[in-house]
Amino acid sequence: MSERANQPATNRPPATADVSPPGAVPEGVEAQGQRFRLPTDSLRAYTMIFALLAIWLFFQWKTVSPLYPYGIFLHPNNFSNLLQQMAVTGVLAVGMLLVIVAGQIDLSVGSVVGLAGGVAAMTQDYGLLAALGLALVVGVLVGAIQGGLIAYGNIPAFIVTLGGMLAWRGVILGFSKGQTVPVTLPFFRWLGVGKLPQEVGAILAVVAIAAVIFTTFTRVRARKRHGLSAPGVGANVLRVVVPAALIVLFIYWMNYGGGMPVPVLVLLAVAVLGGFLTQNTTFGRYLYAIGGNPDAARLSGINIRQYLLAAYCVLGLLVGVASLLHTGRVGSASPDAGTYMELDAIAACVIGGTSLMGGRGTVSGAVVGALIMASLDNGMSLLNVENYMQYIVKGVVLVAAVGFDMLGRRKS
Amino acid sequence: MSANTDTPLLEMRNIEKSFPGVRALDGVSFDLYKGELHALVGENGAGKSTLMKVLAGVYPFGTYGGDVVIDGRVRQFHSVRDSENAGVAVIFQELSLIKELTIGENIFLGREPRRFGVIKWEELYSRAQKLLDELNLSLDPRTPVGHLGIGQQQLVEIAKALSQEARILVLDEPTAALADAEVETLFRIIEGLRARGVGMIYISHKLEEVFRVSERITVLRDGRTVGTQPAKELNEARVISLMVGRDVNDIFPEAEHERGDVIFEARNVTVEDPNVAGKLLVKEVGFKVRRGEVLGIAGLMGAGRSELLMGIFGAWPGRVSGEVYVEGKKIKVSRPSDAIRQGVGFVTEDRKRFGLVLDQTILNNMTLAGLKKLSGRFVTDVDAEAAAGERAKKDLRVKANSVFTIVGTLSGGNQQKVVLAKWLLTNPRVLFLDEPTRGIDVGAKQEIYAQINRLAREGLAIVLVSSELPEVLGLSDRVLVLHEGRVTGEFKREEATPEAVMACATGHTQRAA
Repeated sequence: MSERANQPATNRPPATADVSPPGAVPEGVEAQGQRFRLPTDSLRAYTMIFALLAIWLFFQWKTVSPLYPYGIFLHPNNFSNLLQQMAVTGVLAVGMLLVIVAGQIDLSVGSVVGLAGGVAAMTQDYGLLAALGLALVVGVLVGAIQGGLIAYGNIPAFIVTLGGMLAWRGVILGFSKGQTVPVTLPFFRWLGVGKLPQEVGAILAVVAIAAVIFTTFTRVRARKRHGLSAPGVGANVLRVVVPAALIVLFIYWMNYGGGMPVPVLVLLAVAVLGGFLTQNTTFGRYLYAIGGNPDAARLSGINIRQYLLAAYCVLGLLVGVASLLHTGRVGSASPDAGTYMELDAIAACVIGGTSLMGGRGTVSGAVVGALIMASLDNGMSLLNVENYMQYIVKGVVLVAAVGFDMLGRRKS
Repeated sequence: MSANTDTPLLEMRNIEKSFPGVRALDGVSFDLYKGELHALVGENGAGKSTLMKVLAGVYPFGTYGGDVVIDGRVRQFHSVRDSENAGVAVIFQELSLIKELTIGENIFLGREPRRFGVIKWEELYSRAQKLLDELNLSLDPRTPVGHLGIGQQQLVEIAKALSQEARILVLDEPTAALADAEVETLFRIIEGLRARGVGMIYISHKLEEVFRVSERITVLRDGRTVGTQPAKELNEARVISLMVGRDVNDIFPEAEHERGDVIFEARNVTVEDPNVAGKLLVKEVGFKVRRGEVLGIAGLMGAGRSELLMGIFGAWPGRVSGEVYVEGKKIKVSRPSDAIRQGVGFVTEDRKRFGLVLDQTILNNMTLAGLKKLSGRFVTDVDAEAAAGERAKKDLRVKANSVFTIVGTLSGGNQQKVVLAKWLLTNPRVLFLDEPTRGIDVGAKQEIYAQINRLAREGLAIVLVSSELPEVLGLSDRVLVLHEGRVTGEFKREEATPEAVMACATGHTQRAA
């Protein structure tokens, strides 16, 4: 394929900022005017976006009613609710992506959400910082224990985390004696259900747009300094205008529904940081190499054990964050909170194009995967689709997504 | 037993086999009589394995030229199953037993005695026991194969071949993994098979063994038969000259490198087999390399060349002992990152398995080993990286549209250049090259040779391991020869004739520098 890939310079894909947080995509790729990942990776990303849009339009059309003549699905009242629901899965999916990319898995995520959320709820008497901090500490600690057993104990990740799934659930059942603990601290509750004041949303939009402009132009200068060809003015303007327009639209939309939900802001922050971590740090790059070819990674001087342990710790931290969002949203910590969340997170990654064999997958893909799942959930509930049918549809979508991916890959 | 006068058991006539860009077999003829052991020798890549794969049906009928004749009848094998039915059994270097299954299960795998699909275990194990008894092996057929040593596993393979009533048995480097006592057992079994009329083809680099067990010897070179003669009429020196007889000097640019100070030294390196405790693959090997010098390490398959480099680099899974000095300072290497930090680079063999992350871009592969040096310890500098990648791509003339092309889509030669670039971007002072031109076309080979010469001229110290003798002789300032894990010879460039080096590589002679 490399031989005939001599595409003209104009065949440049548009900026991908609509798919991913700023900085998450290694730009400069297009600057050569030839980008040959287009047939595989980018095409997959576009297919995913189209699938998402198709799902949205379908539900929008199906929810037309006299009260909402244009449909209710995308109406801010519903949609900000949808995003709030997906925030927990999205944060977990970003963490899960790190370990899946490195060729591992974590099945204990749901139980640890229950454990960390329970610990936070039970320690509210010691103050806000103690409660929230302990949830994060529990997440990281669990990650370190499991990651240590996997990386240094050579026990397969599937086994360690399957054991973890059972054991951590047992721990929280024991701690809580089976009781559900209500969330009493207002800030804790706000984390799950709060909405940002409209002015704050507007300020965030300005800051985000400024960041897009800043990164675009520092990149141009950096490329020139290194003697690389820099994109032309037109491309740069496009690269600023498109994300800026999307940011404005998004904030306006959220504000129209009463302000951006706090968990959505947390998810966006996690996604941006996760994108940066995977694409712009040695840590992230090594994870891809470890998942893609562990032998080559080891012989290139990468300390595989150390990076696997670190990946599980980062995942643990994000599980702690997710447990706070979830507990805050529900308003109480029950011992069975978080059940099946690991499967949602894995499904989000997989729908987003992540290979369970390791070495392949993006944060933006995982987030879009989570969005697709949440959209299906929310849309089907609006349409009063019966519960049993919802499970069947989600299962079929998961398998079909991977099936299409395989088909596309075989052709290329 | 002299060669029979009746029709041969096996005749391979004018076998031709081509791969894209390579003519692996160019009219090879070979025959084998009942009860005969016919040795097949030649340099690495001479075509021995290809010839045996034609015989075994690995390359199906129609993909090669010439005839395979067994018992006077031309055969058309479409699969390995076909050749097995005709009585051919091949015991490859990599054993094909399943470690979790028992000896008996392995022997009858896929052919279990059964009734209505139910396996008759008693019959299976009693027949397996009988086969083991015939080979004088005191093993319980219910033992899992994984519990056996490599040597015993090999004998189980032979038992399996006998259970298929094999009349033509191919032994590919059968003693490579065996201890001395096991070799004796194998030879005893070979005598037994001979008496039963089994014809055997014996492939080995160990000429001493070849002369001990074979009636006739066929030498292959560059896909052609150089000669077939009774072993009695040959000697080791003659076989060696048949193996190498070829002009070396034409494809290698004459390169006399300016040599500087000793920059790298290894002393007393000993490397143990991780699977067989106590078996040493490299025994007290030492060498020095100077700035701007190319040190070639020659040796045949299993001589311990890659193991030596892996051991020094901190990448060997088994036990390694010895000392390593960089610029006169002793360094401790317990993992590859230690070696890399000291300026050692290692272009490993088998680029797809050890060298590249095939799903990723050229750029990501090129910068994998030197990432922290190139672009910061934690946050990467994408542009500095891209610039370094672009430069390396141009310097090494990697043919691809951009540095963002996925490495798996490149040709072998270009993939190899990417691996080379990866190590050059770590800024090494000494570079190990293990089989740098394996499986790439002639044009790409020449380019790699030119790069090696350029790097040496620029002052890099290079250690080159290659199975292709002309390559080692053509590029090296000095040649070290290994045989069974020991240094058996050291030559200056002008003294390194193919015959002399091959004599050391086969363990025929020893020589100090």
